[in-house]
Parts: sequence; C-alpha cells; structure tokens
Amino acid sequence: MAKLKSSLTNMLLSLTCITLVAAAALAGVYMLTKETIDKQKSDAEIAAQQAVLAGDENGTPIKVEVDGFGGKMIVMVGFAEDGTILGYKVLEHQETPGLGDKAGQWFQNADKPGQNVVGRKATGNFTVSKDGGDVDAITAATISSRAFLKAVNEAYTKFQEAKGVTVETWTSATQQIEPENTICEEKGGQQ
Amino acid sequence: MNNATKTLVNGILKENPTFGLVLGMCPTLATTTSAINGMSMGLATMFVLICSNVVISMLKNVIPDKVRIPSFIVVIAAFVTILQMVMQAYVPSIYETLGLFIPLIVVNCIVLGRAEAFAAKNSVGLSALDGIGMGVGFTLALTIIGAIRELLGTGCLFGYNLYSDHYGMLIFVLAPGAFICLGYVMALVQKLMKKD
Repeated sequence: MAKLKSSLTNMLLSLTCITLVAAAALAGVYMLTKETIDKQKSDAEIAAQQAVLAGDENGTPIKVEVDGFGGKMIVMVGFAEDGTILGYKVLEHQETPGLGDKAGQWFQNADKPGQNVVGRKATGNFTVSKDGGDVDAITAATISSRAFLKAVNEAYTKFQEAKGVTVETWTSATQQIEPENTICEEKGGQQ
Repeated sequence: MNNATKTLVNGILKENPTFGLVLGMCPTLATTTSAINGMSMGLATMFVLICSNVVISMLKNVIPDKVRIPSFIVVIAAFVTILQMVMQAYVPSIYETLGLFIPLIVVNCIVLGRAEAFAAKNSVGLSALDGIGMGVGFTLALTIIGAIRELLGTGCLFGYNLYSDHYGMLIFVLAPGAFICLGYVMALVQKLMKKD
C-alpha cells in the first residue's frame, strides 16, 4: 500500500480517525478501571484509619494537611476519647528522602520517649525541643518535624471541635484571629 | 546475526537509550532513587514503547507525512494514559512513587524517537522487537543506576537492608547523586563498549 499524500482531506481524515479511536480506547479503559481506582482509594483511607486507631473502637481518626519542608504533608492522627494519641500515619508528603521522610516512623518509637508522641495525651501545643517543647525533632529535619507537630496539634484542635470542646491552649490564638474576622464581617454587612 | 536479533540487541547494547543514545534523561535522573523505582519506570516506558511502536508501524501508510508527529503523539499519549489508569487501579503504591513521571512518558524522547526513527519505516514485527530491545535497555539502565543509588544512599538493595543505613551517603538518593552516578556508570559503559 502506498503512503497517503499530505492533502488536506487526507490529513483531516487520518488525524480525526486516530483521535477518535484513541478517545474511545481511553473512555473504555476509564470505565473499566474507575471502580477499582475508587475502591483502591477508599480502601487506603479505611486501612489508614484502622492503622491510626490501633484497635480502639471509640477512637476518632482526623486527617489534616499542613505545609512541610518540600510541599504539603497530609497526616492522619487517631485520638482516643480522652485525647490520647493512638497512632498516626503520614499519608502524603514531599519531604527530603532520608531526612524529613523519617516522620513516618520517628514519632512512633516506644524505645525513645523523647521523640515518641504515640500514647501521649495530646495537648494541642506540641513543639520541638529546639523551640522550647518536649518532643525531639528528627535529626537534621527540624522544619519537617515542626510541620508534623503542627499537623498533630491541628488534628487535636479539630478533634476537640468535633467533640464541641474548645481547647484552652488554643483559645488565645483563636481570640487573636476572631476580632479581625468580626471586622471583616461587619464591613461586609455595611456594604 | 539475522535482522531480528540485531534489532533486539541493538537497543540493549549498542544503542542503549540511556548510555548510547542519551535520551530520556529526565526520568532517568528523577525516578532512580531506588532499584525498584528505576525498574518500574523502565517497565512502564517499555510497555508504552512496544505498544506505540506496533500501532505506529501498522498505521505508517495511512498517516500523511505532514501530520505524522501529532498522530504519533496522540497514539503515545493514549497508551500512556491507559497505562496510568491501569497502574493506578492495580499497583497504586508504584503509581504513587512514580507520580508525575508516568504522564511525562508522553514526552520521553525515546518513545517519539523510536516511533519516528524506526516504527515509521519498518515492519510491525521488527518495530515490536525494537520496542522490546529499547525497553529492556532502558529498564536495565534505570535498574542499575537505581540499585547503585539505593545501595550507596540507604544501604538497601531492592528494599532489603544490606548494611545499616547509618552508613548511607544520603547525597546518592538526592538529585546530585543521580548526576554523579549516571556520569560514572556511563563512563564505565563507554569504556567497556570501546574494548569490544
């Protein structure tokens, strides 16, 4: 078969046909895999929830997103009813391999109480020892450690909010933000 | 050596995409943080290479010359997207590690390069063999670089701990290590090839 000449009709026809077939193939594969992909995602979520709750049926899993060293960091923290941290899991992160990415194990090491947060009662203001807190940061990854603890603190705030309790250590921070918000709302109302 | 074996071996040794043609450096440098990651990226690229080579070779007579590049890209992009969806569904952990680099296979020079330089001129069978050869060559190169970086950087090989990670040189897992490692492996391959 001779090669088709590059006439306008030929070019139009062949490109249209190729894109149509490609689109059809993609649509087909999309429909075939959609269910599995969705299931995969929800399975991962459920597995993470079970992992962070460590078997406590009354616990609450909380997912938070904070800015880490290399990008956003998504952490799921499991709380018992009294606010004790049952476990955590770093779901997504872009921290430096070998340094910041140790956050997944570093803070749940029962042999090293200085860096362990699992089993401790959350206070909402965990800070690294460098900032005057009592949690040892990952060696050479203080920023990642700060981000992780911020995630744990935010998760605790969310957990308390869900329970309808305001955390004392955070009221001062909330009050600082509130006046601004009220002003904005009032201004908005006047306009 | 007959034509078929020659085509197959060509991609693995003489025209190895990484060490011979020096194509597709972006995924080579970025995804070889461990042997498994390098190998997965190589296999993913091999799948696209074989499929696109075969289809483009089949279509070579109905694609007018002036629109061949857009046509090739559509075919390649379709296969990459199919691969992406299938990987997301069945091997989500690998899909997550390779992340952005899967869709980027579309613009990998090797795939379009082989379509243009080989599949558009040769029979379907030979094009498939070329895809396999190039794919194996790329996979081997990425696995070797990944293994060296993983071993020097973390003390593991394919995820198995060989020595304590306290002795790992972190730089090899990071970007500079990729360049250093690629440079030395390429130099070594060039030296060995010259002897033959």
